[in-house]
Amino acid sequence: MNSVFAHRIAPFLSFTVLALLWEAAVRFAGLDSHVLPGPSQVFHSMIELIKDGSIFKHTVASLFRVTAGFYLAAMLGIPLGIVLGRSHIASLLFNPIIHFLRPISPLAWIPLAMLWFGIGDKPAVFLIFLASFFPIVVSTTVAVQSINPTFFHVAANFDFSRMEVLQKIVIPAIVPAIITALRLTVTIAWIVVVAAEMIAVQSGLGYLILDARNGLRLDQVMNGMIVIGLIGILLDWIMRRLGQIDSAAWGIRQP
Amino acid sequence: MGHIVISGLNKQFINRRKTKREDDIAPFGQVVPVLEDINIEIEDGEMVCFLGPSGCGKSTLMRIVAGFDRQSSGSVMIDGKEITGPSSDNIFVFQHSGLLPWMTVSQNVELGLRHMENAHEKCEKIQEYIEMVELEGFEDHYPHQLSGGMLRRAELARALVVNPDILIMDEPFSGLDFLTHMKLREEVVNMHQFLGKTILIVTHDIDDALVMGDRVIVFSRRPSQIKLNRKLDFSHPRNFFKKDTELAKLRDELFFMLGVNYAV
Ligand SMILES: Nc1ncnc2c1ncn2[C@@H]1O[C@H](COP(=O)(O)OP(=O)(O)O)[C@@H](O)[C@H]1O
Ligand SMILES: [Mg+2]
Repeated sequence: MNSVFAHRIAPFLSFTVLALLWEAAVRFAGLDSHVLPGPSQVFHSMIELIKDGSIFKHTVASLFRVTAGFYLAAMLGIPLGIVLGRSHIASLLFNPIIHFLRPISPLAWIPLAMLWFGIGDKPAVFLIFLASFFPIVVSTTVAVQSINPTFFHVAANFDFSRMEVLQKIVIPAIVPAIITALRLTVTIAWIVVVAAEMIAVQSGLGYLILDARNGLRLDQVMNGMIVIGLIGILLDWIMRRLGQIDSAAWGIRQP
Repeated sequence: MGHIVISGLNKQFINRRKTKREDDIAPFGQVVPVLEDINIEIEDGEMVCFLGPSGCGKSTLMRIVAGFDRQSSGSVMIDGKEITGPSSDNIFVFQHSGLLPWMTVSQNVELGLRHMENAHEKCEKIQEYIEMVELEGFEDHYPHQLSGGMLRRAELARALVVNPDILIMDEPFSGLDFLTHMKLREEVVNMHQFLGKTILIVTHDIDDALVMGDRVIVFSRRPSQIKLNRKLDFSHPRNFFKKDTELAKLRDELFFMLGVNYAV
């Protein structure tokens, strides 16, 4: 059962079974299609959403926000994590603040985000940033702190400069842990974007779901959910591909 | 040059381990003496093997000589100069692989040559040393794609390419299968005869010490002192299976010294 064929077929099988169970549930529960739309109805409305292009527009809007917020978080979070991992004093100063802010749900920031950034992409991007930033900082710090000390001895033995230690030891050593962290974080960011879009904006998959609910179109709500799930799989797949880079493969166990 | 004089060297650690272990002599926070009044002089080009019970401070002494660690008192002079820190004049070969796992074999070997201007010459030199340790064909392999013996060879190539005065090897054969161990040991002997570098080897294998060493130094239990410091004036290849030779007698003596009464 380990063949490539099985790996390709198994997911289709499970999704088919899921769809069949769904269909069966609709038939036997006898609920109104406004409350529980069946697969075929959802499929037809998906075609509708594809035809008028709105599903693409919303997906792109969500992806843009996630990319922007996530990218910003990685650009700031990874360097900060490296500093905290390398400098004892910096970690004593900043870690308490980070551990204080980290458990506050990004959604708790919504009122402030709207006040500061108004309406539109900005507050949503800010929320994504918050959701991704702290996990990235913490994972990077831990990754730097757990670098095998032998590697620093090797660096000293070969007369590395501080810059070379950073370039040739610290950064490559944390790449596998960073990739794993980014993979987990992008999922969180994707979860948060939908919630953020239910508040401050007029586009995105979160908005699509909210708007469809207001119009009592549960079939469209479900389509929003389906697309979110599919994009989630896609994002995870992309991050997993990153782990297959040759120079990172030493430290990443592929599931 | 690689002339080493260790005189009156002491090393203590503060015990930071809170949970008690069987071999712990000192409670938490107390000073643990590891090395006590060590005096050794090593000639340039000599290969010296260090034996001693586990935990007696062999690795600690090697780390001090390499400049990774400071002695508590006493001095270590290399070619008449007090050591100030790690340097590429004395390369440490680590007990568990010290190859950088994110670099290929040739990138690892290149570490010691990274300031070389001429790219062509650099490539040739890397290739020369990779061939010397018989790793041709594995230049672009990453460490996790190599076997234990190949890892040691690659690390040896990386160490030799900088042409260090001193090579420090901490249990270089541990974890290898028997035949790989024998073969690598033979190669280190050949390499030493060919290059004539000062080599310090820590081992727990008495036969390694007898086969390889120009000298063997035995430590006692912690706090360690030198129990035996003997020159081995025997020609290579050495054979200690013949009974009643001087080497065979020394072997029995060493086994006895390290706590095994009937050398097998
Ligand atoms: N950084 C350290 N802090 C405290 N104790 C240490 C440290 N490094 C080594 N020791 C202790 O010093 C002793 C000698 O260690 P080591 O040199 O590794 O022994 P060997 O290599 O001979 O087996 C051991 O008892 C060990 O617990
Ligand atoms: Mg040791």
